[in-house]
Amino acid sequence: MATKYGMLIDETRCTGCRGCQVACKQWNDLPGEVTHNRGTYTNPPALSAKTWNLIQYTEIETNGKAGFYFLKHACMHCEKPACVSVCPVGALYKTPEGPVVYDDTKCIGCRYCMTACPFGIPTFEWSKGLLDQALIRKCNFCVDRVSNGLIPACAKACPSKAITFGERDKLVAQAEAQIRKYPDRYVNRIYGKDEVGGTSILYLSAIPFDQLGLPRLGTTPVTTLSEQVMEYTLPFAGVWGAALAGLALLFRLRNRGAQHAAEKEKSS
Amino acid sequence: MTTLNRFRISPGVLILFALMSLGVLVALWRYLFGIGAVSNLNDAYPWGMWISFDLLCGVALAAGAFTTASAVYIFGLERFRPILRPAILTGFLGYLMVIVALLVDLGRPERIWHLIIYWNPHSVMFEVGWCVMLYSAVLALEFSPLAFERLGWKLPLKIIHSITIVLVILGTLLSTLHQSSLGSLFLATPGKVNPLWFSALLPVYFFLTAVAVGPAMVIVESFISARVLHRGLETDLVGDLAKATPPVLGVYLVLKVIDLTLAGKWAFAFRDGMSVLFWIEIIGFVILPIVLFSQPKVRQNARSLFGAGVLVVVGVVFNRLNVSLIGWPRPADTSYFPHWMEFAITFSIIAAGIVAYGLVAKYLPLFSPHRAASPAE
Repeated sequence: MATKYGMLIDETRCTGCRGCQVACKQWNDLPGEVTHNRGTYTNPPALSAKTWNLIQYTEIETNGKAGFYFLKHACMHCEKPACVSVCPVGALYKTPEGPVVYDDTKCIGCRYCMTACPFGIPTFEWSKGLLDQALIRKCNFCVDRVSNGLIPACAKACPSKAITFGERDKLVAQAEAQIRKYPDRYVNRIYGKDEVGGTSILYLSAIPFDQLGLPRLGTTPVTTLSEQVMEYTLPFAGVWGAALAGLALLFRLRNRGAQHAAEKEKSS
Repeated sequence: MTTLNRFRISPGVLILFALMSLGVLVALWRYLFGIGAVSNLNDAYPWGMWISFDLLCGVALAAGAFTTASAVYIFGLERFRPILRPAILTGFLGYLMVIVALLVDLGRPERIWHLIIYWNPHSVMFEVGWCVMLYSAVLALEFSPLAFERLGWKLPLKIIHSITIVLVILGTLLSTLHQSSLGSLFLATPGKVNPLWFSALLPVYFFLTAVAVGPAMVIVESFISARVLHRGLETDLVGDLAKATPPVLGVYLVLKVIDLTLAGKWAFAFRDGMSVLFWIEIIGFVILPIVLFSQPKVRQNARSLFGAGVLVVVGVVFNRLNVSLIGWPRPADTSYFPHWMEFAITFSIIAAGIVAYGLVAKYLPLFSPHRAASPAE
């Protein structure tokens, strides 16, 4: 078994500096985006094919005090990724080490991965025509760095040690210890430990995770039901095909019988 | 055949060709500058009208082909044979229209053949892709006797006749899989499809509503083609066809009620805008058609038959939009309404379908007046 990696993101240590956002762009050669002041620090407004890692800013009042909170938003690298499950051509796959990566050469651009992802991560190159070859784009856990013994660009860049890269199991233990040590600082939960079957990215937060901008999700992978249905499809097709053939035969015999009876009546 | 000789340059034909030309230009623009250049689709709305209407509704409304074919060939209901060919044609054109829409909507249309060589059997889309390919081929074969007859090619005609029953069984099987798998697509998006529509039974619901809309679509299409092509409408025949719809929609309604009750979801039916849409769908497009089609008076009158048929067709469109597009939770500050160029693509494909139907009606033996010309036996 390969070592399963993950990242523990302690949002209470994040200062919202966006160093990780910039480092991600630098390592992955992503261009800047033209943006506008929309009255929030979150900039650009959402993940896109050009921005795979985004700091989202939340201003809310807690205990009568104004609070400023940050979410490092990027691919969660699920243990049971919906995008991998739904991709008809298997362009997305999960490596044994954890990263959920994408094969540029297979994708047909159906965008089912975008529809299915419970975190809204995959993005599409909307302004590329046939000659420019549009593709799905998302964080790839810096698989090219990690497989060469380096840590992801965002984790490397973080100045306040909010992002810890390491073995997922150890990170879970570390997060649990951290909550036990400072129960006043954290919500008593590790987001991503069990969500949709567990994710490689784990979050600690001072405020409830949905206020931070993470979706409320169950512990079963979202594609459990669709995968079950796919398993039953071939056996069902066999039974249904045989039933249709049987019905056709039955009605044919019955019609022939009725014809014979009618002919007999005529001749007698 | 003189009555069909009507494909002259009338205003209607001009409009159809204008729409088709516009569609070609928009498609060209899309291939040059990307999907974003011609649509309002975005990362929060990866699927829009092309998927929800052109694809989901296109396939559902093509169901008349397999329902009619299985009625005649599997269930031995010979009296429906006169409407078989128009029904097959509607289904065949429907699938071709879906494929054209897909070639616009897919991000990498030039790679559509990847479905054949790269397999992911966990993906419902994998099943959908294969069903589109295989059933389109079956429909082409089921349609081919019209061309062979016209060309006077005896041998291919004989071969197709000898395998017709196999084609129909295969077509019915593939249709069952395809119609239901379009519902299964959304089993992978729990928490996104509105709770009033989300259910493990989505594949069953999609299949049942397709079976119900099949005859309704044949009724609507027969009525319109009778008007436009100045043919007589076989009112008693299509009226008989309408008898299939109430029991099928009835089963759908009962399942839906039991399903919502067992899941304890009725609270969602009295809550928000989606609740209103839910009741419009159930009362206006399920219960009302059941009531209408159950009455002999409605079934014996061409106009009311047409009206009730339209109701079922609109109802299925409404349902597919509700399941796949409307009422999905989206990130704040995002919105979607189809761009005029998205409409241009959709309307141009419909226009092309109408023109193709007209051409087939004019040049091929579509409405075979005598039984000898019909496929098989």
